[in-house]
Amino acid sequence: MSNIPSELKYATSHEWVRNEGDGTVTIGITEHAQELLGDMVFVELPEVGESVSTGDDVAVAESVKAASDIYAPVSGEVLAVNEELEDSPELVNSDAFGDGWMFKIKLDDASELENLLDAEGYENSIDED
Amino acid sequence: MTNKTVLHAKHLEAGAKMVDFHGWEMPINYGSQIEEHHAVRKDAGMFDVSHMTIVDIQGADAKAYLQRLVINDVAKLEVAGKALYTGMCNDEGGVIDDLIIYHFTSTDYRLVVNSATREKDLAWMTKQATGFDITITERPEYGMIAVQGPEAKAKVASILSTEQNQAIEGMKPFFGVQAGDLFIATTGYTGESGYEIVVPEAATADLWQQLVDAGVAPCGLGARDTLRLEAGMNLYGLDMDETVSPLAANMAWTISWEPSERNFIGRDVLAAQREAGDQPKLVGLVMTEKGVLRTGLKVVTEAGEGVITSGTFSPTLQHSIAMARVPRSVKVGDVVEVEMRKKLVSVKVVKPSFVRNGKSQLD
Repeated sequence: MSNIPSELKYATSHEWVRNEGDGTVTIGITEHAQELLGDMVFVELPEVGESVSTGDDVAVAESVKAASDIYAPVSGEVLAVNEELEDSPELVNSDAFGDGWMFKIKLDDASELENLLDAEGYENSIDED
Repeated sequence: MTNKTVLHAKHLEAGAKMVDFHGWEMPINYGSQIEEHHAVRKDAGMFDVSHMTIVDIQGADAKAYLQRLVINDVAKLEVAGKALYTGMCNDEGGVIDDLIIYHFTSTDYRLVVNSATREKDLAWMTKQATGFDITITERPEYGMIAVQGPEAKAKVASILSTEQNQAIEGMKPFFGVQAGDLFIATTGYTGESGYEIVVPEAATADLWQQLVDAGVAPCGLGARDTLRLEAGMNLYGLDMDETVSPLAANMAWTISWEPSERNFIGRDVLAAQREAGDQPKLVGLVMTEKGVLRTGLKVVTEAGEGVITSGTFSPTLQHSIAMARVPRSVKVGDVVEVEMRKKLVSVKVVKPSFVRNGKSQLD
């Protein structure tokens, strides 16, 4: 079973969301997702300043095996993207919940976080796959 | 029912991620297929290829039978141990399988065919044997390990006996020799030097462990695919199948047209296709921008449409490469378009060989 940190929130489409406590969140894909995809070769990230809505496909993680859309788990404005991934997409494989983060969003509505899964809920959703 | 090779426990022990490969539970990687790929290009890696099918053809008519069965001519094999790559076609000139044939004597040959096509290959070979004085013997009692990379030969040498090392010393590419209980061949599927070693089942796990201890990295099917694609080598089922002529699969060089009286299966159809020049061809594609060319994507050219038969990210070149079947008039150096993620992307047509011996083959 892959690692699912309990302090994070999750979307069923395998994104993780870390509440930074200041109205912003950091987003990446889970360890389970990177395991499914295999070695990452390109990560296409959204534009800083872009407004995104929950469910929009905002990024692409392309691995040796497949290209996979990354969806915005919450609505808001893209504050920052992880530029390290441009040259080192393998960070998504080696540290999915840390250095492999993808982008940060300034929340439109903090209550949206309540719609996301907790670690246990995400684990159950994987088991159903 | 899933088959397991004799090395199954070794793969699990090494932390392999196992997948189903045409009915065989095989390692796709042991962590990172890109690192495994680089191990083969820069040092030495090994693959469990025990799932592949070894078939010995023996008897007074062995040579005549193979001259009928395959599109290359085993008469070219005059020296003991010499091997050739070729295809086995049906009556319509479609490729039933590609294979390697090792020649020991004119009455004794060894064939290595794909595992995914094992049953139909054996059925076809048996059917074609009528009237020939031969025996067809499958050899499932052997494991097979491919050791590949610039340091592969040295690392293998470090674990062989003096007698075995003498037996393989100076062996040229595409040869095989029995050295003690190992059959060691200078063949492979990566574009690097190295060996494919046939070993009795009971000794396979020990050999694997000795190679691990000698610093050879276990590599899975994922790396095997990116390596063979960089080397421009076909994968049966993707780059060709029974509906595809060898002329449309970059296998024309494996057809021996001389002597003209050699009546190999499919000859009439293939000769007519060659005369008409109407077959598409398999070329290489290179895309230097972001993204990965994938199997099945449509290729748009001025001469008509084509299709990507195999595509991947090349870990050595750090961009995407592919093999594609396109109209024959498409030339190396042309720029064509590939439809990916709803947009057309320009890609360059190259010879279908991208990396050999660690070096880019591209300009």
